Amino acid sequence: MRPFLEFEKPIAELEGKIEELRQMQEPGGINIAEEIARLTDKADKQLRATYARLTAWQKAQVARHPDRPHALAYLQALVTDYTPLAGDRAYAEDAAIVGGLGRFGGRPVVVLGTEKGDDTDSRVIHNFGMAKPEGYRKARRLIELAGRFNLPLLTFVDTAGAFPGIEAEARGQAEAIARSVEACLDAPIPIIATIIGEGGSGGAIALATGDRVLMLEHSIYSVISPEGCASILWRDAAQASTAAEALRLTAEDLRLLRLIDTVIPEPLGGAHRDVPAAIAAVGEAVRTALASLDGMDGPTLIARRRDKFLAMGREIPV
Amino acid sequence: MSWLTEIVRPKIRSWLGQETRDVPENLWRQCPACQQMIFHKDLDANLKVCPNCGHHMRPTAMERLAWTFDGGVFTRIELPKAPADPIKFRDQKRYADRLREAREKTGLEDAIVVAHGLVGGQPMVVAAMAFEFMAGSMGAAVGEGIVAAARLAVLQDAALVIFTASGGARMQEGAVSLMQMPRTTIATRMVKEAKLPYLTVLTDPTTGGVSASFAMLGDVQIAEPGALIGFAGARVIEQTVRETLPEGFQRAEYLHQHGIIDMVVKRGDMRETLGRVVGMLRGVRVEPAEQAA
Repeated sequence: MRPFLEFEKPIAELEGKIEELRQMQEPGGINIAEEIARLTDKADKQLRATYARLTAWQKAQVARHPDRPHALAYLQALVTDYTPLAGDRAYAEDAAIVGGLGRFGGRPVVVLGTEKGDDTDSRVIHNFGMAKPEGYRKARRLIELAGRFNLPLLTFVDTAGAFPGIEAEARGQAEAIARSVEACLDAPIPIIATIIGEGGSGGAIALATGDRVLMLEHSIYSVISPEGCASILWRDAAQASTAAEALRLTAEDLRLLRLIDTVIPEPLGGAHRDVPAAIAAVGEAVRTALASLDGMDGPTLIARRRDKFLAMGREIPV
Repeated sequence: MSWLTEIVRPKIRSWLGQETRDVPENLWRQCPACQQMIFHKDLDANLKVCPNCGHHMRPTAMERLAWTFDGGVFTRIELPKAPADPIKFRDQKRYADRLREAREKTGLEDAIVVAHGLVGGQPMVVAAMAFEFMAGSMGAAVGEGIVAAARLAVLQDAALVIFTASGGARMQEGAVSLMQMPRTTIATRMVKEAKLPYLTVLTDPTTGGVSASFAMLGDVQIAEPGALIGFAGARVIEQTVRETLPEGFQRAEYLHQHGIIDMVVKRGDMRETLGRVVGMLRGVRVEPAEQAA
């Protein structure tokens, strides 16, 4: 059974009951079939009602749902001829950042993503999606590669943030992130960044300084985690829910603030309830975004990208 | 002064009790590193560097400008207004109130001041971050300040020097503060594209989103002795890796050893260093005889 989030408890109970009835069901048991239909309908309504008004904190939990499709799921489904490239040519290969060459709708592209992993083993391999300097330096290398060969860059961002560790600091975590942002800003190619889960601060924007920034409906993008913000400003990590609300980190809030371009609707109950549909929706949105940049040359793209970021926050709509 | 501070001061302190430090209008300040009491005039004359242990105390942004420009002469520019409180943030206090208090306390609009003038004989635009203003945190106003400083440098054909002092992004501005990372990076690109030198002086502390953007993109990167510089906070790292942090971790000297900054320069040598480096980067020739003299 899939892990349920705390606020999904009533739905989980209904789905549990439905499952029980299904197990009991004998061929021809009409009453049971009716009951199942009734409960399914009820569960569906409950799910619709719950997900129609998720709080910011609930969205944070959905964004971090262990069954939510992660970057590699998108790369595997949306990109053909995927050819991973590795290493920063200086120190190491960092599996927290995945990427390489591939074809998107037949067109050669460079792809990059922060990968959290789907089970214990892969989470350890990908360091839970928290990259080290070598990861951001690899990203920079691939961004520059894309620029040199005039290939669009597609990124899929899902990270709690850059890895906070002794070695990461010793190797220049801050500089590595700064250079990755810089590489995005200097790239003479279209960049489409999609926040598919968690957009955690500097570790996220390192791969999200794009011409178009898309966000899945229940993903979050924030300067600090709700927990981190709560422990600093409220001196109590338990206030994370209040902090999440205050930070305005949901896709819809960020669109209203004009910090992102597009919100991609998710299947009912979140991307994890219908992974193929979620991935298809992202694919379609990326295709549309990419098409909107067709025919623009490198200098135009760079100039527009700069203008777009320079305009951010200057005028805040109410 | 040593006999006075080392011998006489402790006695006076014991007569007057613990509060002495603050009572006679802050005539004496205690060095946070060696605990030495220092007479305020001596401290100011020494650019707020402890005469006893060499600890570099945190100055205000205005002090920084006065120390940096030749003869303390500079022209401050007015910075473009940024939207205050873009996400109507409130924690236990409203961000709008915090801002007002910080403005009253510091007399500054936000956590950055920008000025132009001569430094070591070279025309420069200097941006100094104000740690005294909400821990130097970077929101839209700081971003605007950096962009304005870069534009001014290009306009005046001057080098850009930024003194960083910041706890990181200003979380009360949510993702608007995060977007200052690309925005300030664009500013550094403008200066570099104009083939003008861009120097950063990392001062205590420089962390988070500020370190991970314009602070680390200098053509030449300088730090003050002992300055705390890094991306992640020490406490977060300790909690993540469950290890004790090494001696001197994230300090200027540690970054120098790890190849992240070019040099550690004492405050008293800063103006001369900036002028020399910028002069050479801009191709200023000095006759050998002139140099020998």
